[in-house]
Amino acid sequence: MTATTLTASDAAAAPDERTLPLKTRLQRAERRKKLLHLALIAPLAVFLLLTFLWPIGALLKRSVDNPEVVGGLPATAAALAHWNGQGLPPASALAVFVKEMEGARGSTELASAAKRLNTEMTGYRSLIMKTARSLPLPDGSNLQEGLAAIDPRWGETRTWQVMARAGQPYTSYYLLAALDHAVDADGAIVAATEDQAIYLDVLGRTFWMSLVVTLCCLVLGFPLAYLLTSLPTRSSNLLMILVLLPFWTSILVRVASWIVLLQSGGLVNQALQALGLIDEPLQLVFNRLGVYIAMTHILLPFMILPLYSVMKGISPIYLRAAQSLGCPPFQSFWKVYFPQTLPGVFAGSLLVFILSMGYYITPALLGGPQEQMASYFIAFYTNETINWGMAAALSTVLLGATLLLYVVYSRYAGQGRNAAKAR
Amino acid sequence: MLQAYASPLERTWFYAHRVIAGLILLFLILPILVIVPLSFNSDSFLMYPMAGASLRWYEEIIGSDVWRNALLNSLIVSPAATLLAVVLGTLASIGLVRSDFPGKALLTAILISPMVVPVVIVGVAMYLFFAPLGLAGSYTGLILAHAVLGVPFVITTVTATLQGFDYNLVRAAASLGANPVLTFFRVTLPLVAPGIVSGGLFAFATSFDEVVVTLFLASPGQATLPRQMFAGIRENISPAIAAVATILIVLSTLMLLTLEWLRRRSEKLRTGKSR
Repeated sequence: MTATTLTASDAAAAPDERTLPLKTRLQRAERRKKLLHLALIAPLAVFLLLTFLWPIGALLKRSVDNPEVVGGLPATAAALAHWNGQGLPPASALAVFVKEMEGARGSTELASAAKRLNTEMTGYRSLIMKTARSLPLPDGSNLQEGLAAIDPRWGETRTWQVMARAGQPYTSYYLLAALDHAVDADGAIVAATEDQAIYLDVLGRTFWMSLVVTLCCLVLGFPLAYLLTSLPTRSSNLLMILVLLPFWTSILVRVASWIVLLQSGGLVNQALQALGLIDEPLQLVFNRLGVYIAMTHILLPFMILPLYSVMKGISPIYLRAAQSLGCPPFQSFWKVYFPQTLPGVFAGSLLVFILSMGYYITPALLGGPQEQMASYFIAFYTNETINWGMAAALSTVLLGATLLLYVVYSRYAGQGRNAAKAR
Repeated sequence: MLQAYASPLERTWFYAHRVIAGLILLFLILPILVIVPLSFNSDSFLMYPMAGASLRWYEEIIGSDVWRNALLNSLIVSPAATLLAVVLGTLASIGLVRSDFPGKALLTAILISPMVVPVVIVGVAMYLFFAPLGLAGSYTGLILAHAVLGVPFVITTVTATLQGFDYNLVRAAASLGANPVLTFFRVTLPLVAPGIVSGGLFAFATSFDEVVVTLFLASPGQATLPRQMFAGIRENISPAIAAVATILIVLSTLMLLTLEWLRRRSEKLRTGKSR
């Protein structure tokens, strides 16, 4: 650090700081300060790298990982990698396969390889198990004929193509499946069969429900934020506490309260019946409506706060000017005031939308099977069916969508802040 | 405000707006108010009208090993996670506010990204990563995870406070002979303390309310308070849940009031200075 910054004349002198030109000394001091600041950031950066970024990266990598066949039948996978995919694999590859199957019989690795192959072609698991049981082949028999005798499917090109594809170290299988597509036997990408095509529906539902919740929050949040800005500070601070208290209350408390309020004998149904609006209690919870109500309640403060801070920065002078120039009140609100609130509308909406896309607890506790969003399926594949590839692929899609919106959000939030500063 | 010369339509709209806003505020606050009385129900139904008043559900949760254990777990994990998040987050905030380097915006975005990444993804990723390291089902793993989730709140609050901080005070301290460490503890820290405490409160609330990552990482014996509530709501929602909820509502009210007090105090300090 020292020698390179010295000028030629200083090189001979002792590295006493005071003899250096002022410019160099300032540069050094600046650099030391910069290093100190980086050193302050470093612990957190390292901490997040190890406990957050790396785990998420590892999870995303699992969506293209293909370890089962490579782990269960490594030599076969390697041998099939050299096969051109035409006709049947060469006898050498078949020999490797037969030898490896004999050795791997009954192992858990073979079982998981068989399970993985079954996802690509139905019936492959039983084929592998049956073949493992029937080996070894009688001495001196032709491998190709011997295998075909155990099961005729070994005589079909497709069977081997599937194994060759599943034997590659990386696969697009899970990511394509998460978008309701698959690779067919010829290697072309096709739409998944109807009974397997559930994920676009789930993702579409996640988007749709987030959109509805965002709109509900906007419709409820805008008038309230507007009122809060127009009131004197003392009363608006008091009302703000009513907004912030739910914000600070545990989500589980609020979910429990909504069950109590919305159940068939709950206060809402009682009130509706007392008013004579309904005769029978309505089903308000454990369905889509209940999820919408609770999610709107939970996310509403996230809409109100950005709206409030933007509205607070809008001078009432513009509105008065418009009205004094003869613009009718509603038109002046719509044409003069509302456009100025747009940064807050966008920031709040994006924030609510981003947060609702990741919701898990509320739909899990207040919804039926038709209300479960992408997060539920990620948890389901991790905990229940231990299909980590699928969990990782769905995570990749959900995270991709979230981060995309987050980038847009940072832009808007930044613009809003700059606009506020410029005023 | 309503002007004296407002037309009848404007008047109607003015009052309609107030009524609508009042209803929205009711929507916000009603769920929190409605569950508190039910925790004193002598009956075992979570329904109005209540049969009578009693403290039996509070006795039940205080006497129950499950709930006591859950509270204990929360009291182990949340303070530790908060401390970790506050220390790391505050240091990083100081570095971020004072320095300027290419990629700073990106780094800041990454440091606060745990706030926007769906929690289920965080939970699954940490579970799959921590399990081979023996950290799944350990308090260490849980504390690390909760600290990650709390860090963004510390960074946003502390950087906001630091941006309003007058660095001439640090220069003054240095010119009077204080070394950087002394300056930090005697000048910087007392002035930004309200921001740090607010950030800490946010981080604590995040951890104290965290259930998704805990679902993946905690062993059955490590269920925290929200994790236990999740199980309770799922299996059998009873007034015992309402009693726990009431305790949590009292706690969050206290946190909110502390925060409000801190905000007013720093506002007063700031306006006092400018005078």
